[in-house]
Amino acid sequence: MLAVHKQSTRGCCSTLSTMGSHGLVNTERFETESSGVNHTEGGWPKDVDPNEMEQTIRFRKKVEKDEGFMNSIPQLGNIMVHCIQQNNALDIYQEYCTEEDDGDSAEPPSAKTINVFRDPNEVKRTVTCLSWHPDGGKKLAGAYSSLHFQTSHTSLCQDSYIWDIENPNRPELTLKPVSPLVCIEYNPKDPHTLVGGTYSGQIAYWDTRRGSQPVELSSVEHSHRDPVYKIIWLQSKTGTDAFSASTDGQVLWWDVRKLSEPTERLVLDPGREGNLERALGAICLEYEPTMPTKFMVGTEQGVVLSCNRKAKTPAEKLVCTYEGHHGPVHALHRNPFFPKNFLTAGDWAARIWSEDIRDSAIMWTRYQMSYLTDACWSPVRPSVFFTAKMDGVLDVWDILFKQNDPTLSVKVCDEPLYCLRVQDSGRLVACGSQGGSATLLEFCSGLSTLQKNDKTLLAAVSSADRKDVLSFNFYLNLVSDGLDAYNVQQLMTRAEDDFYSVVEAELRRRDEQPQVTEHIKGLE
Amino acid sequence: MIQSQKGVQGVVIANSEGIPIKSTLDNSSTVQYAGLIHQLLLKARSTVRDIDPQNDLTFLRVRSKKNEIMIAPDKDYFLIVIQNPSD
Repeated sequence: MLAVHKQSTRGCCSTLSTMGSHGLVNTERFETESSGVNHTEGGWPKDVDPNEMEQTIRFRKKVEKDEGFMNSIPQLGNIMVHCIQQNNALDIYQEYCTEEDDGDSAEPPSAKTINVFRDPNEVKRTVTCLSWHPDGGKKLAGAYSSLHFQTSHTSLCQDSYIWDIENPNRPELTLKPVSPLVCIEYNPKDPHTLVGGTYSGQIAYWDTRRGSQPVELSSVEHSHRDPVYKIIWLQSKTGTDAFSASTDGQVLWWDVRKLSEPTERLVLDPGREGNLERALGAICLEYEPTMPTKFMVGTEQGVVLSCNRKAKTPAEKLVCTYEGHHGPVHALHRNPFFPKNFLTAGDWAARIWSEDIRDSAIMWTRYQMSYLTDACWSPVRPSVFFTAKMDGVLDVWDILFKQNDPTLSVKVCDEPLYCLRVQDSGRLVACGSQGGSATLLEFCSGLSTLQKNDKTLLAAVSSADRKDVLSFNFYLNLVSDGLDAYNVQQLMTRAEDDFYSVVEAELRRRDEQPQVTEHIKGLE
Repeated sequence: MIQSQKGVQGVVIANSEGIPIKSTLDNSSTVQYAGLIHQLLLKARSTVRDIDPQNDLTFLRVRSKKNEIMIAPDKDYFLIVIQNPSD
């Protein structure tokens, strides 16, 4: 039996196009190999065997006697001698002008933003303080808190961060204090440890190797009663001492190994009685490791106090005061090259003081359009300092170049800038804003390399006699005001002219008018 | 004659086939210079001729870190001088 399978054709399609084929073509691999060429003697005529010395010598001698040879070689020789002598006469590859690096003075000062480190939280807090990692400045610690009076703190994240400057996407380490940090500082002796002052007045101590929680925390009873605005590490044998300042009027000294109680206490009472009621609120501190017994405090009331830690009685601890600011002194920094001079920033101007002259500052900037929030000297150029303002502008001042205006103004962001820190190389500056972003700026080499005459010129300026300095500055301000006054005078004369011309026009019009009214009356 | 000039390290005379005729250097260096420079000379000459057929190579200087190799070509022979300039 045969089984027949019926095969039904179901789908059948046909195309009306030329048959083509689709395929991939790959070119043949062409293998290349680089190799040197072996040079062996070649070109010898058939009858001469290169290895036979006799034959080669005979061949050579034959060639030498050839006429062509005798003619051409001297000619070639002449050309050659000419070139050889050329070479001997002048070295064409000699460096004639060694590159002198004075192009900096020609190029205008500039800055560029390298990175912006934003607060990762939803509710942005202000960057109130920044601190550079002491070893090379590759990390930046930022203290984040909200300084507005009595904002609700429960919704506000309390963390502060340490950033690696190469990675702005995520902070390298989160620091979790009990209360938001207002100030933070790396230990210059031990880059793994940091100390921070909180909004609640306590001091916390971290070790980055031990995680986000503070290793030590000061007790509430013995800490400040107001936010700690500034904390600085001290130069000591153990490397564990720091001191902090707050608007509660006290300066406290701590040993970070035992933060339960401060080691020393100073009340900033200008009456020198230790009366806390009359104490001035401190908002910044200045300490120079080369002068370990002296320190300075900037207060809310606009007064800068110079203090001596080693004085016998508390009354003698407050050595002298420098008055001149109309508002809180937000920044206080000694010039790293001329420690007798220090810079203060407060209200709308920055002032430079000399320690010996107590009546007034020796130099001050013009009043700016907005409030100054921080200032610091450049660690590499003695005449350059940076200021941060409430309009989000960072100014670079070079007092040897221009006293009345900043050498460079950089608009960093639209929010107020709150703090500023220069890295030790002098090129990078980190500034923190109210919106929680810390911006890293790099300055051009003209502003960050020491120029030859800087120190001598600045020494001349800073060592000037007191009266001369004050009168010079007065004159300088007068001249600049005078220029403004001149403009004002011009404006005034122009206004007067305008006024008189308008008055005259009106009078003329009035003279013409009676004729018109008479004319109207006539019509009636 | 050429050898007495300042800085001259060696002189090689070779024919148009690259066979060294006369030399002040040792045998192996002579052979090397003659062979290699012959090739370079042919290439340089053809380059000049290709760019402009009316032109011809008159002189070739190869400046290296250590010295300078100067080649004066001719119809049948070429002269190679190795000089150390800027003593």
